[in-house]
Amino acid sequence: MAKTHNGSAIKVSRGYRIFTVCNTILMIVICAVMLYPFLYLIAQSFSSYDAIVAGKVGLLPVDFSVDTYIYVITNGVFIPDYINTIVYSITGTVLALFFSALLAYPMSKSELWGNKFVGPFIIFTMYFGGGMIPNYLLMINLGLQDTVAAFLLPSLISTYYVILMRSFFETVPKELEEAGEMDGLNKYGVFFRIALPLSKPIIATMVLFYLVMYWNDWFNAFLYLDTQSKWPVAYYLRNLISTASSSTSQDAGETIAIAANIKSCAMVLTAAPIICVYPFIQKYFVQGMMLGGVKG
Amino acid sequence: MAGTTKNTNNSAVSAKKPPRESFSRHIRKYWMWYSMMLIPLVYYIVFRYIPMAGNIIAFRHYRAGSSIFGDEWSGLKYFKQFVRDSNFWRAFRNTLLLNFEYLIISFPITIAFALLLNEIKNTKFKKVVQTISYLPHFISMVIVAGMVREILSTSGPINSFITSMGGSAIQFISLPQWFPTIFVVTGVWQGLGWNTILYLAAMAGISPDMYEAADLDGASKFQQCIYITLPSILPTIATLLILNIGQLCGSGAFEKVFLLYQPTTYETADIIATYVYRMGLGSGNYSYATAVGLFQGLINLTLLTVANKVSKKVAGTGLY
Repeated sequence: MAKTHNGSAIKVSRGYRIFTVCNTILMIVICAVMLYPFLYLIAQSFSSYDAIVAGKVGLLPVDFSVDTYIYVITNGVFIPDYINTIVYSITGTVLALFFSALLAYPMSKSELWGNKFVGPFIIFTMYFGGGMIPNYLLMINLGLQDTVAAFLLPSLISTYYVILMRSFFETVPKELEEAGEMDGLNKYGVFFRIALPLSKPIIATMVLFYLVMYWNDWFNAFLYLDTQSKWPVAYYLRNLISTASSSTSQDAGETIAIAANIKSCAMVLTAAPIICVYPFIQKYFVQGMMLGGVKG
Repeated sequence: MAGTTKNTNNSAVSAKKPPRESFSRHIRKYWMWYSMMLIPLVYYIVFRYIPMAGNIIAFRHYRAGSSIFGDEWSGLKYFKQFVRDSNFWRAFRNTLLLNFEYLIISFPITIAFALLLNEIKNTKFKKVVQTISYLPHFISMVIVAGMVREILSTSGPINSFITSMGGSAIQFISLPQWFPTIFVVTGVWQGLGWNTILYLAAMAGISPDMYEAADLDGASKFQQCIYITLPSILPTIATLLILNIGQLCGSGAFEKVFLLYQPTTYETADIIATYVYRMGLGSGNYSYATAVGLFQGLINLTLLTVANKVSKKVAGTGLY
């Protein structure tokens, strides 16, 4: 009896060992596929234009040089736009986080009658919205054309993120908040001194999500920002990349082919901060996403 | 995506239950909480609900400089116009097709990837794979589109490979027959890792006792996967599938299509959102474009509502 059981166990584990090896190889292949486009861009950005056009560049740079980087950094447009992006992303994230938390926190309180209306009121906007044209006309009518506000405001509060935050705030122990009130804190005091410090995982997650959202946004800039000195770098990139576009947009004139190494270099520099930051927040955002998904 | 159900229903129920305090006492006790919500709610009114009301210009003539609610009534004029427009129907068809093709391909791949990832027992390696596979999710669509253009360019790696095999270079980006493939492949590349998060969360919740018991019964790892893991994540699968179906007519792909399409590929690439953009902001037919957008919005609303109802019924969880 014991023998057969043992035998089958070995057989199973042998098959499983083969599977594990194959699975590991498959995972490595998937990682390679995920990373390949990034490596290709990096290789291009360090290669000469001629080598790229000749199709010689694979995963390693050909005719290695940092000239492209020097050119992009000193061309007088990239860096100012990059600084814009940094400023907009930080401002936008701080404001977005602040107002989202201010909305989500009271929404997590079941004793608040008003939530009967507030919940459906904000959730409905996930099902139905104004659409592109009414949103655009609103911004124009508010006189926000060509202002930074027009870039920051349309996506300031994300309903989905508010819901995630609300779910997290629901887990903050009531006893601690009550103890805070006993100590003479008012509701704002409890929120800032007790609830928020206990909510670091969700705050880290939201910082990442909002930061990425603003860092990557180009479309609101495309719609509302006419002055080049106000552009975020993602919009600058968009204009670099979409050459020979026949759209009737503001930049219809830009049909000159821009060298692939310059495009690659600008893309690498724009993606770099996000690539460097997100692995460190991974622990938090996975937790935050699960909270939104598992509950229920 | 899959949201919580702890929502309005619950709070509505629990709000009714406690002994009714008088309204003024409630306000006096909780006014600070209400005051916190004030600015965000004004934000929702101005930036979410006014544009919603702005859809009215679909039924009105809009001229440059008039208010966001238009000038005078035009009835269903613009709706009748777009229904007769073959470009609209092309965009409608492409919206459904592209979303459907992406769903049908990415959905099973994502589940398979999550199951395989779950079998990786070396936690360090697993974490590295996860970190790398999440990466594309965080990258700007502008950069994704830039990568696609570089990799598919005539001097790019794919065409280099084709020419080295004796073929002739293909202008992938400007050929309509290639657009759906490009769309789906980039979508899978970008979403594969990220979309496994909820499955992995569901798998993490499975009790290890079940696997131990199965081990003792002599069940192979494959059988364990089929009879334990898969049934355990079935509610998650059902919820996500239904919710994804609810978004089939949505504009989630707008940025990607907008950055990757061009007049030569409109045939297979133009979706409702990009069509609305060109008609409205491109050519200034605001009312016409709003009518098209509103049509899509209403279909979306219906699909999402139905999907949510079904999801709640089938899996017990819905959207938010």
